[in-house]
Amino acid sequence: MTTDTLPADTETVETAAPARPHYRVIGTRPVRPDGVEKVVGRALYGADIYLPGTLYGKVVRSPHAHARIRAIDVSRAAALPGVKAIATAADLPLVEDKILVTGEGSVNQRYQSMNTLARDKVLYHGHAVAAVAAVSPHIAEEAVALIEVDYEVLPAVIDVRDAMAAGAPVLHDDLRTAEEGRKLDGPTNVAEHLRYQRGDLARGFAEADVIVEREFVTATVHQGYIEPHATTVLANADGQITIWCSTQGAFAVREQTADILQTPISRIRVIPTEIGGGFGGKLTVYLEPIAALLSRKSGYRPVKMAMSRAEVFAATGPTSASVIRVKLGATRDGRITAAQAELIYAAGAFPGSPVGAGAGVIFNCYRIPNLQIDGYDVLTNQPRAGAYRAPGGTNAAFASETVIDEVCERIGMDPIEFRLRNGVREGDYRATGPVYARIGLRETLEAARRHPHYTAPLGGPNRGRGVASGYWGNWDGTSSASATVNPDGAVSLSEGSPDIGGSRASMAMILAETLGIDVTDVHPRIVDTDSVGYNDVTGGSRTTHGTGWAVYDLGKKLIAAMSQRAAHLWEVEPEAITFADGVFSCGDHALSFKELAGRLGEAGGPVMVSTTMETTGAGPGFATHLVDVEVDPETGKVTILRYTAVQDAGTAIHPSYVEGQMQGGVAQGIGWALNEEYVYDQAGRLVNASYLDYRIPTALDLPMIDTVIVEAPNPGHPLGVRGVGETPIVPPAAAVANAIYHATGIRMTTLPMSPPRLLEAILAKES
Amino acid sequence: MTSRVRVEAQINGDPVEFLCEPYQSLLEVLRDVLGLTGTKEGCSNGNCGACNVLLDGVLVNSCLVLAPEVHGHEVTTIEGIAGSDGLHPIQRAFLDHAALQCGICTPGFIVAARALLDRTPHPTEQQVRHWLAGNLCRCTGYDKIVRAVLAAADTMETAR
Repeated sequence: MTTDTLPADTETVETAAPARPHYRVIGTRPVRPDGVEKVVGRALYGADIYLPGTLYGKVVRSPHAHARIRAIDVSRAAALPGVKAIATAADLPLVEDKILVTGEGSVNQRYQSMNTLARDKVLYHGHAVAAVAAVSPHIAEEAVALIEVDYEVLPAVIDVRDAMAAGAPVLHDDLRTAEEGRKLDGPTNVAEHLRYQRGDLARGFAEADVIVEREFVTATVHQGYIEPHATTVLANADGQITIWCSTQGAFAVREQTADILQTPISRIRVIPTEIGGGFGGKLTVYLEPIAALLSRKSGYRPVKMAMSRAEVFAATGPTSASVIRVKLGATRDGRITAAQAELIYAAGAFPGSPVGAGAGVIFNCYRIPNLQIDGYDVLTNQPRAGAYRAPGGTNAAFASETVIDEVCERIGMDPIEFRLRNGVREGDYRATGPVYARIGLRETLEAARRHPHYTAPLGGPNRGRGVASGYWGNWDGTSSASATVNPDGAVSLSEGSPDIGGSRASMAMILAETLGIDVTDVHPRIVDTDSVGYNDVTGGSRTTHGTGWAVYDLGKKLIAAMSQRAAHLWEVEPEAITFADGVFSCGDHALSFKELAGRLGEAGGPVMVSTTMETTGAGPGFATHLVDVEVDPETGKVTILRYTAVQDAGTAIHPSYVEGQMQGGVAQGIGWALNEEYVYDQAGRLVNASYLDYRIPTALDLPMIDTVIVEAPNPGHPLGVRGVGETPIVPPAAAVANAIYHATGIRMTTLPMSPPRLLEAILAKES
Repeated sequence: MTSRVRVEAQINGDPVEFLCEPYQSLLEVLRDVLGLTGTKEGCSNGNCGACNVLLDGVLVNSCLVLAPEVHGHEVTTIEGIAGSDGLHPIQRAFLDHAALQCGICTPGFIVAARALLDRTPHPTEQQVRHWLAGNLCRCTGYDKIVRAVLAAADTMETAR
């Protein structure tokens, strides 16, 4: 257990907002630089790499949720014509414990190895056991069916409450609970117990006029990116390994693959393709080490592997199912006096659920003098929990923001007024520790209250309106980039952050703003791990902050280098050169960036600069959402009538892509709220591993999603940027649950609030 | 293994001849045999629309069409949507409205939208949503996609 005893709440400090600087490019909406190749079908994604002589790899997966592997017989598969290589865990080296921080949690490389190919036991339905490479995907599939695995089936456990119970099947005999920096005795499925504490809980609840206590249960859900995992790997006889893959982090793939194969990291080159969605699900490797093994064993031929949709559901992602208990006390005049939460998150087959992040989200919107948060990371026979957009945040906010709505109802206070009275601002402590710098929660609340949506008539029966706010901490991390100046004045920008939602546009805009040139004169490229300095993943809502900062720094370095060239040209000292509005000048001399670029040959030669930065200062993101729903009392179906998302973006570089993040997060949150869940049979097998049965929202399920961007500049970033990608998925489930309550009088405490569940509750209420 | 089948078809206006196994899908042949990788695989069971193509002008999921079935027919893929001037108005509208984030579903959406506007030049928002319900996007929440298709319809009307 990690116990953090926090200082008592402090006086809040109001600060005047500095005026937003005037920007020429930032805040405009140019077409993204990679747009044309994506709309004409030329952009190359993970499965679009075709090398001469390619073999196709397929994976043998466990049909059981929990079983001991007695033996694997590959002889019949090996004898099939066209089969070139077969790999099992016997081909993988043993890997020591090594924790790798991904920015969306962390992974232990020993467990990553065990997840890549099961060693002694399979721990979930879909766990990889062996793999085949053959001359065609169809032969590889045939060979997979010929591999015979002898299993001793073990009892499985899917629900976290069952997994914590005495006598539960234990996944790892060597696992001990980590608590207060020590390990408890005895085999367990509880990997960790963490705790945050502040003030005097008993006194806080004694001061409350109203106390609401509820238990919430949420299902396992998947990121649902449309592009299945895909890679092509070529191992050479000299030890060099080249990996083409769709990933949120080429450097993360490189390090993880190097650890799993116990191969020197510098001998691995990762070439990131375009990426067809990730949402946290493409931070860790699944296929890459297997394809590398198969490439080696097949006589160093390229091996291409792509998952089917069923494999994506069964063996990647998902995010944790959870059981969350929240108790919250407040006075009649709307002041929170105490709050307590217990979060139990399913980690799946290996430790590492996002329970710590969930503990951060659950109360971080509010000033709470007395609180206690307990979190439990609990193993279950499910795929290892991956990061999913604000990992752990949606379920946590579903619990706390629903309880807050109930408190507001009990004391008869407007839910936005209540949030304004308790909402955090600069100088307040987070529930989980650090003091906030300037943040924008209150701005989002005020904008939501002013929005016409908040007071519009609902316009019919069985309708209700819900409000919820949300927090995400965001991450900064390390980014590198380099740039060269072309003779025509355009700048080629090499960066290492895979572009998952338009970040090339933001990077081009930041550089154009800094240099005083047109955005169309910046040509960004996402390059491979040998061609740019280290970059952390595109995750943690860090790219526009961290890589954006590196690109801003690159711009400053370009100006310095170009000033030197101008000085050379004009035979003055570099300090005599001034740069303003895209023009270098000294006395009577003046050249635009473009003009100077055309004269570099006579000014001391070409210009190239690079930068690498461990950035800091990620500013937390806050949002307030409004939603109107209509509930069909005959079927339990919920229709989303209207949705307004308000969020602080710090500084919105490209507003269209900020809106896009908000709309996309809302859509995923609505799917999580209303429909999405993993369904298991009695034996712990996943039975809905398809888009037909795991139904994500379609265009017909959603209205237009209105967005309001507020800008409370992040003081930790030179341009005021704060991450925007994750926060918008935090409030929706709670907002929808609150709207359902106001439509029906029913407090839903289970996700998803699917028609059968809601109908059951409606019928129970009627009887 | 069965012997391969010879297939002749018009693909994006060009006469094309290829050999395939009788069990290979049109999607697999477009990508693995003909190099037309703009058509994407998201699920291979007809649920996501990433592999949408036009077969004799009718919108189909190419993962659910066997390649030998296109013998004697016309297929239009995303690579055949743009005119000689480089971009179709739907493609231009997707760019102008920032209607893509990751872009993997975009070819399918554009092919589907083209099929819609061919038969319904002035769709309502609800008609667009209904028609595109067979195309899954996980990034955008569909808002900007629907706006782009409606805007493209306006542009095409002006051009007529």
